Amino acid sequence: MAWLSLAIWVPIASGIAVLLIGSDRDPAATRWSALAGSLAGLAVCIPLWTGFQHTAAMQFVENVPWIARFNVSYHLGVDGISMPFILLNSFMTLLVVIAHWEVVTEKVGQYLAAFLIMSGLINGVFASLDAIVFYIFFEAMLIPMFLIIGVWGGPNRVYAAVKFFLYTLLGSLLMLAAFIYLYQQTNGSFEILDFQKVPLSMTAQVLIFLAMFMSFAVKVPMWPVHTWLPDAHVEAPTGGSVILAAITLKIGGYGFARFNLPIAPDASHLLAGFMITLSLIAVVYIGLVALVQADMKKLIAYSSISHMGFVTLGLFIFNGEGALGALMQMISHGFVSAAMFLCVGVLYDRVHSRQISDYGGVANTMPVFAAFFVLFAMANCGLPGTSGFVGEFTVILGTLKVSWWYAFLAATTLIFGAAYTLWMVKRVVYGAVANDHVAKLSDIGKREAVFLVLLAVAVMAMGIYPKPLSDVMNPSIQELLRHVAQPKI
Amino acid sequence: MTQATFSLATMAPAMPEIALLAMVSILLVADLFFKEHERHLTYLLALVALVGTAILCATTVGSGSIVTFQGMFVSDLMSQVLKVATLLTVAATLVLSRSYLELRGMLTGEFLCLALFGTLGMMVMISAHHFLTLFLGLELMALSQYAMVALQRDSVRATEAAMKYFVLGALSSGLLLYGLSMIYGGTGSLELSRVAQSIEQGGTRNTLALFGLVFVVAGIAFKLGAAPFHMWIPDVYHGAATPATLIVGAAPKLAAFGFIMRLLATGLQGLSSDWQPMLVILTVASLAVGNIIAIAQANLKRMLAYSTISHMGFLTLGILAGTETGYSAAFFYVIVYTLMTLGSFGMILLLSRAGFEAEDLDDFRGLNQRSKWYAFMMLILMFSLAGLPPAAGFLAKLFVLQAALDAGYTWLVVYAVLLSVVGAFYYLRIVRLMYMESAVSEVTIDPRAGTRWMLSATAIATLVLGLVPAPLLDLCARAITASM
Repeated sequence: MAWLSLAIWVPIASGIAVLLIGSDRDPAATRWSALAGSLAGLAVCIPLWTGFQHTAAMQFVENVPWIARFNVSYHLGVDGISMPFILLNSFMTLLVVIAHWEVVTEKVGQYLAAFLIMSGLINGVFASLDAIVFYIFFEAMLIPMFLIIGVWGGPNRVYAAVKFFLYTLLGSLLMLAAFIYLYQQTNGSFEILDFQKVPLSMTAQVLIFLAMFMSFAVKVPMWPVHTWLPDAHVEAPTGGSVILAAITLKIGGYGFARFNLPIAPDASHLLAGFMITLSLIAVVYIGLVALVQADMKKLIAYSSISHMGFVTLGLFIFNGEGALGALMQMISHGFVSAAMFLCVGVLYDRVHSRQISDYGGVANTMPVFAAFFVLFAMANCGLPGTSGFVGEFTVILGTLKVSWWYAFLAATTLIFGAAYTLWMVKRVVYGAVANDHVAKLSDIGKREAVFLVLLAVAVMAMGIYPKPLSDVMNPSIQELLRHVAQPKI
Repeated sequence: MTQATFSLATMAPAMPEIALLAMVSILLVADLFFKEHERHLTYLLALVALVGTAILCATTVGSGSIVTFQGMFVSDLMSQVLKVATLLTVAATLVLSRSYLELRGMLTGEFLCLALFGTLGMMVMISAHHFLTLFLGLELMALSQYAMVALQRDSVRATEAAMKYFVLGALSSGLLLYGLSMIYGGTGSLELSRVAQSIEQGGTRNTLALFGLVFVVAGIAFKLGAAPFHMWIPDVYHGAATPATLIVGAAPKLAAFGFIMRLLATGLQGLSSDWQPMLVILTVASLAVGNIIAIAQANLKRMLAYSTISHMGFLTLGILAGTETGYSAAFFYVIVYTLMTLGSFGMILLLSRAGFEAEDLDDFRGLNQRSKWYAFMMLILMFSLAGLPPAAGFLAKLFVLQAALDAGYTWLVVYAVLLSVVGAFYYLRIVRLMYMESAVSEVTIDPRAGTRWMLSATAIATLVLGLVPAPLLDLCARAITASM
């Protein structure tokens, strides 16, 4: 079976179906069909996990010529680096569909269709082995995201949507130029695996590295090109924030691992100091910025940037712990940030405010919710036993092998992360009931419980027993490190 | 000299042109006998003429390139593809414009006959193998179009546009003619293959021909609307009635591409190292002017006019590569561009009603509330124009950039890429208005079924071409190889 094609096209097809049948007069039918679509999308991803061989080779490969003149082919395949993201993405799409249920009432069909289509496109990004096909998915994904932020977002949504779009477009077009250059160097191949083998001069490598850096650094986002993220998050609807934080940021990290490191290994070594510096600035400085946020979503957005700093740090210290930690951190951050945004969404749906100062003593009126919120907050600051700990700790271990000072700076996140997260929790959840709004709050319903429980299970499982995941990733990581260690000049 | 034989066999390659001419002549007379309420018969006959000629073009497949009429006329795969595309584009233009024209009493025999004569001119241009045929076709096209823009004679704006178009068009024709005469002086021939031969033999340093080349390129740039010879484009696009804008803006680009291929790639390929730098200047200027000035436009027609200029910059980028890959990329580009132009101007035609022109950006405000389907169609078109996948506009740009990079114009590619981001901004603005603002008018969209179907067809074709580009791309490449 062509499972990867199914993983891409089942959500897109169901998205188009939802778009066609969707109407605001009968939103229930639209919602149920979207739920069916997202369940089907997740179901076709399960064989990817169960049938995965623990080797570094590309698996579930499909290869069909598409534009024969330019050797572009519809070439799909996954390894241990990309496969977990496809699962994560399909899982998140399901959560987003469940989470929207009573919340989105306008243009329901279009909203759900946008998420389903985007889910398919994102799976395409992770599954593509052809650079042009990758690029097409990568760019096409912008369109639904642009609409999600711009149509269903908050008051300043249009500004945020346009900013998000133009930032990412600029980066990706430069990457396209790099692809065309590599096409020439490989004598007419757009295969990503061929790109990884072709010898390149240092100048070429540095330029390619920078072109792709522009694209992926914006996605991650790394300091100083991160400014679109807080805007986009604050204005996006909850579902948009979830996908943005849990999935699209990961495309940046994935891009570094799949493109920058193996295609330009020498440039990666040359520029490692630069990358590590930017990562540490993100970890430390953005952590401090998060501390002073008055808006919960903005706070989580900045905390995302800070956590993603660990990913780039882990990738550019070139050892097994670092790379594994980076990938673990990405998956974990996918669950944790999604959970945090969903929790804020739960509060926002009731009070229609994201300001920390509008809350206080939520635990008194919403005890069940408070328990979940605190759990996810703990995961966000990397408490052992939760998924957040695994990635951060492994990266810090890896960094320690390289430099004590890097590790020291990276480890400050354990303090800052705890500070901004717990301080927010303290102000929102604990204390006396702050105002009438909070006093009138009702605890979470069944629907909300479903997605919070699912996420809590994921966070705990990954925190307590990460071995299945690291077993999947390890062979591919070793292969990646072998690639990076080989000079290409 | 070849013997002047005038048999049916020598005329066969020009059969489509002859057929179209015959049909226009019949139409011209027949229209006199139709009563006012039978005017739609003229329209139907015009469509039959266009589609019939297109079928004739597609079926009279000649092997290789056939030169006839003593070297005046050539028929090859490229001319066939271009002619079919041109004829269908004009037919689509008429279908899209019908409601608009009827509501304004403009669906007259003159309009249709001029459109067909203009088409004939384009076909002659595309098949020209001689400076005189080239010029003849160009003028037939241009004169019909001046008249079509001026046809709305009680509109001040249209008259002004026609005047500007005519004066600048005549000037550019003059420049072109002057350049051609210089080349004739330098090479001693008006026939393209002989000109090419003479340049080949005389080495590349032929001062007189080179001098002529400058004027020829200026003339081409004028017709194409590439900056800095773009001044007429915004005014004419804006001033003309939208159907006339579409007649001027869509199919002639195909003809202009044929014209460039004949002149630069066939006739003056030997001077390519001299015309390449000139095209570089055109590209740089067009991309900048088109993309940057478009941002400031509040009128959709003007905005699309500037967008045309930037697209012409991309077209010249493909051509200046000077390779077969570059030419076929440009070929693909121009076909996709024509399709997108049909769609985006078609949208204006679709939203316009009696006494109301939907040509301001604000008229697109909240379109998603009024019609999800057309908002979605416009979304595809705008993202395609911006060059975003999965629509065809992306692949068209990709192929052009690839060809340019192959030819070593790395900095130009990076420049084009950066300006595409600027360009994306104003296309995005339309999407933003349609989806993220609330509607100002609640009038339902209800033009003729033909307009609606044709518009949806162009937008969907853009998407399909983006997903299945290989057949058309191969066709373009084969056509270019055959004509070289």
